[in-house]
Amino acid sequence: MITVNNISKSFDNIKIINDVSAVFDKGKTNLIIGQSGSGKTVLMKCLLGLLDIDHGEILYNGKKFDKDNISTISHLRKQIGMVFQGSALFDSMSVLENIIFPLRMFSDNTDSEMINRAKEVINRVDLKDVDNKFPSEISGGMRKRVAIARAIVLNPKYLFCDEPNSGLDPKTAIIIDKLIKEITIEYDITTVINTHDMNSVMEIGDKIIFLVEGKKIWEGTNTEILDTDDQMINDFVYSSELFKKVKLAQKKN
Amino acid sequence: MKFFFHIGRYFLMIKYTFTKFTKWSVLKKLIFQEIDDLILGSIGIVAFMSFLIGGVVAIQTALAIENPFLPGNLIGFATRQSVILEFAPTLISIIMAGKVGSFITSSIGTMRVTEQIDALEVMGINSFNYLIFPKIISLLLYPFLITLAMFLGILGGYVASVYAGFSTSFDFIQGIQLDFQVFHIVYTYSKTMLFAFVLATIPAYHGFYMRGGALEVGKASNISFVWTSSVIIILNFIVTQLLLA
Ligand SMILES: Nc1ncnc2c1ncn2[C@@H]1O[C@H](COP(=O)(O)OP(=O)(O)OP(=O)(O)O)[C@@H](O)[C@H]1O
Ligand SMILES: [Mg+2]
Repeated sequence: MITVNNISKSFDNIKIINDVSAVFDKGKTNLIIGQSGSGKTVLMKCLLGLLDIDHGEILYNGKKFDKDNISTISHLRKQIGMVFQGSALFDSMSVLENIIFPLRMFSDNTDSEMINRAKEVINRVDLKDVDNKFPSEISGGMRKRVAIARAIVLNPKYLFCDEPNSGLDPKTAIIIDKLIKEITIEYDITTVINTHDMNSVMEIGDKIIFLVEGKKIWEGTNTEILDTDDQMINDFVYSSELFKKVKLAQKKN
Repeated sequence: MKFFFHIGRYFLMIKYTFTKFTKWSVLKKLIFQEIDDLILGSIGIVAFMSFLIGGVVAIQTALAIENPFLPGNLIGFATRQSVILEFAPTLISIIMAGKVGSFITSSIGTMRVTEQIDALEVMGINSFNYLIFPKIISLLLYPFLITLAMFLGILGGYVASVYAGFSTSFDFIQGIQLDFQVFHIVYTYSKTMLFAFVLATIPAYHGFYMRGGALEVGKASNISFVWTSSVIIILNFIVTQLLLA
């Protein structure tokens, strides 16, 4: 569980994250949604300590996240996996080396143990015949899978995904979403996902936080989001014709 | 003000580089990789440039002193002095600021814009140590390149002046051996080490703290070259003032 209390973050005196509080539950896929530029990535980077917050506090399992406390932070870091918006694979390493990398850094396993563990997660994310390819030689959807595999190879307790299905076709997008959801339940981890894709919201939105210009204006579940009267949410949800039709159909019933 | 901000951040970067070390087994591989990229990969251009520059220096000297009253070994002597004191350490370093420097800036900068550095940080890896330390260590071999440049520079001078008939082989070699001062070697290798550190760290700084996308990586490499070569020239002036003047 991750608890966020009143955090704010500014760049050049412009508030990008404005007094956000939230709780991200264990064993659930927690979504941060909002338009492009609403501050999702910045919020996630604050949670991860990649950006320093100006105010507020972040608690991992009740313990304060303190970037400068070397002993607790390095322990916590090993429990965190992250899938970046652009996958962020190390392009000087093969796919297999990318996935082994966290093991190489933080475990005392032998080479063959590491390769076995890597093969396990490679199977888990349904990757085939790419071990010795380089990130530039595989498709975007495969890169996401590799990034997920790298993020879960150390059995994390917390998984962060920044738009895991952006740039993918709708079918692959849903497969990736479902994969993340399955992993979340299987390993009982706290998963936080940034997205602006309504399909993902409906598919895996156990818990949703809605951001507008860095402010949290709503929270709820994927069933509640269709029924709310809030104008800004409706503008977001029903910006696609498809969901307008769903809404109409629901009203008729 | 901006200038002092950068200076401060540069020195902080160097401090972070020497804290929280990456696992040795991993670091070792990275160091060998950097030696391959930065040092071995530069031998060709350094050899080619220094040989030709040495030749030009010898010819220029010969043309400037076409006077029968000056001793014949002067060409060899002047070539040796210019190559060892200036052309090998300083000019080659400027060339390396273009070659090695822009390579460092663009490789670190690409890692920055594609969030690979963030990925390292999230895993709890000190990205400063992971990325910059191996470069600094591999550039400890930089004096090897400069020694090669000195040797080939003088050889180039010999070939040019003897084959073009400006000097005899005997005179030239006698010139090279004339009035040899150990302190000049101390001076030239001191500045070589200083330049090596500059070559590793200033381009790394520009890559590390860049923002934007692919286009900005190119711009950062340009700015990095301007700064690295300027700092080398300025340090060259200061060190020469301190040690030789
Ligand atoms: N390092 C930074 N310095 C200054 N401003 C920044 C920085 N990072 C982000 N911003 C600004 O913060 C705002 C929110 O950006 P953010 O990347 O969080 O949006 P997002 O919700 O993730 O959008 P998208 O869906 O397009 O990824 C943007 O206006 C951006 O310009
Ligand atoms: Mg984003």
